[in-house]
Amino acid sequence: MIARLVLVLACVAALVAPFAVRPYHATLMLPAFGYGVALLGLNLLFGGAGLLSFGHALFLALGAYTAAVLTTHAGVLRFETILMVAAAVAAAIALPVGLLCVRYVKIYFGVLTLAFGMLFYSFLFKFYTLTGGDEGIRVLRPTLLGRAFPDLGKVEYLTGPFYYYALGVLALATLAMWRIVRSPFGLCLAAIRENPDKAEYLGVSVRRYRLGAFVIAAVFGAVGGVLLAVPTGLADPLLAYWTHSGNLVFMLLLGGFDRLLGPLLGAFVFIFLQDSVMSITQYWRLVFGTLLAAIVIFFPRGLMALLDPRARSGA
Amino acid sequence: MNWALAAGMPPPLFLAVLVGTGALLAAIGPPIERVLRTIYDRDESFQLLLTFALVLVFEDVIRFIWGTAPHQLGNVYLVYGQLRIGGTTVPVYNLVVIGAGGLIAVGMGWLLARTRFGRIVRAAAENREMSAALGVDMSRVYTRVFTLGVALGTIGGALVIPATAAINEMGIELIVEAFAVVVIGGLGSMRGAFVGALIVGVLKGVAIATWPELEMLAIYVIVIAVLVIRPAGLFAKTTA
Repeated sequence: MIARLVLVLACVAALVAPFAVRPYHATLMLPAFGYGVALLGLNLLFGGAGLLSFGHALFLALGAYTAAVLTTHAGVLRFETILMVAAAVAAAIALPVGLLCVRYVKIYFGVLTLAFGMLFYSFLFKFYTLTGGDEGIRVLRPTLLGRAFPDLGKVEYLTGPFYYYALGVLALATLAMWRIVRSPFGLCLAAIRENPDKAEYLGVSVRRYRLGAFVIAAVFGAVGGVLLAVPTGLADPLLAYWTHSGNLVFMLLLGGFDRLLGPLLGAFVFIFLQDSVMSITQYWRLVFGTLLAAIVIFFPRGLMALLDPRARSGA
Repeated sequence: MNWALAAGMPPPLFLAVLVGTGALLAAIGPPIERVLRTIYDRDESFQLLLTFALVLVFEDVIRFIWGTAPHQLGNVYLVYGQLRIGGTTVPVYNLVVIGAGGLIAVGMGWLLARTRFGRIVRAAAENREMSAALGVDMSRVYTRVFTLGVALGTIGGALVIPATAAINEMGIELIVEAFAVVVIGGLGSMRGAFVGALIVGVLKGVAIATWPELEMLAIYVIVIAVLVIRPAGLFAKTTA
C-alpha cells in the first residue's frame, strides 16, 4: 500500500518537476530517464537471467552514435525514426555478439562482454575518419512527433517537449519490461537463473532464452543511449569505455536488481548524488567507490530492499 | 591501480629504488585483501564489482597525493646508456627490463613448482575445502598470494615508468590490458600469463608500426577469439 503511494507520488513528481524545480535540476532528470531505460534492460540480464554484463555501455554508445550519424550525416531528424533505427541496429549487433557471449556464465560472460565493449571503444576511438575519434559526433536537436519547436531555446526545449517525450519513453519501457518479466519468457529466465540444469532438463532452451534476454537488453540500452545523447548533443567514445559499463552496474546495484523499479531508483539516485557530491568535492570517485564497496559488502540488494519491508523480513 | 600507485612516486634515480618502492607498496596488499575477503563466498560478479569500487577509490587517492599532471622521470631512462645490436640502437634500460621480466618469470615458476609455499598454493587452487581440511590456513594463503600479486604489480608498474610517464588513468587502462593478458594465457596458468603478455606486447608494437588504428582493436579481437575458441585460455591444463 505504502509502496503504491510512493510510486504514485514519484510519478506525479516526475510530471510536475519541470514547473516545480529549477531548469538545471529538470535537465538532470533527462540522463536519469536515459539510464533508467538502459538499466531496465541490463536488469533483465542480471536480475532476470543472472548474467552480469561488464560491456553493456557498448549498446548505449551504439544508440548514441546511431542518433549522431542519423542527425549529423544522414539528415534524419525525426526522433521516432532515430529510436527505431537505434533499436534495430542494437538488435542486429546484439544477435551475433550475444550468440558468442551467452555460451558462458559468471566471470567468463563478464570478461567477454567487457572485451566486446572495449573492442567497440577502440573502434570509435581510433577510426578517426569514420567516428570522429575522441571528438565524437554531434547529435543535432531532433523533431518530436514531427514538430521542430524552432522558437524554443535549448534549455526550454529540453525541459519542455523533450522532457515529456523522454518520460513517455521511460514509462513505455517500464511497462514493456513489466510485461516481459511476467510473461512465460520472463518466468523461464527466472527458472534458468535459479537452476539452469533443471530448466534445461524441463525442456527450456537455456541458450536461446539467454540470447533473447541479451538482445532485449541491447535494444533497451540503445534506446537509453539515444535519450542520453540528445541532452548532451554529443556521442563520444567514452560512452563505450568499460568504466561506463561499471557505472551502469553500480546504478543497478544501488537501486536493487531484484525489483522491477530498482534500476529506475538507482539511475535517479546515482545522477543526483553524483551531481551533489561533485559540487562539494573533486574527489567524488573516492566517495562513490567507498559507497559501491559498502553496497556490495553490506547491501547487495540495494535501496529497494531497504524501502520494502517485505524484502527485509524474508525471501 | 597498483601500477599507477607505484607510478606516481617522486623520481627515483636507480633501478634498485624503483624495485624497492614497488616492493614496499606491496604493504597495501593485506588490507585490500581483508576487504575483498568479506565476499569470497559470494558470486564472482560481486568480486569483480568490489574491485571496480577499489579502482575508483584508488584513482582519487592517487589524484589526491600526486595531482593530475603526468609524472616523468626525465632522462633516467638513458642513464644506463645505449647498445648497438645489429643495425638498431637499443637503450640498455630496455634490456634490463626484459631481463627483469625473465627473472621474475623464472622466480615465480620456481616458487610455484619447487617450494612448499608453491605446493600449498597449487593445492588450494585445486580444492579449497580439501586443503583447509588438511590443515592449511587458507586465510593466510590468500593474504600472501594477494600481497605477492600486488608486489609484482607495483614492481612491474615501477619498471615501465622510466620509459613512459606516470599518468592518472594508467591504472584503469592497464587493468583491462592485464585482464586481456590473463584471459589469453588462461586463468591460473603462469606460462599462459607469460605467453599472453608477450602476445599482447608484440601485437601492440607491430600494430603501432604498421596500422596504428588497430593497436587496441587487435588485442580485444584476440581476447574474444581465445574466449570463443578456447574459453579456458591457451595454456589451461583442464578445460572448465
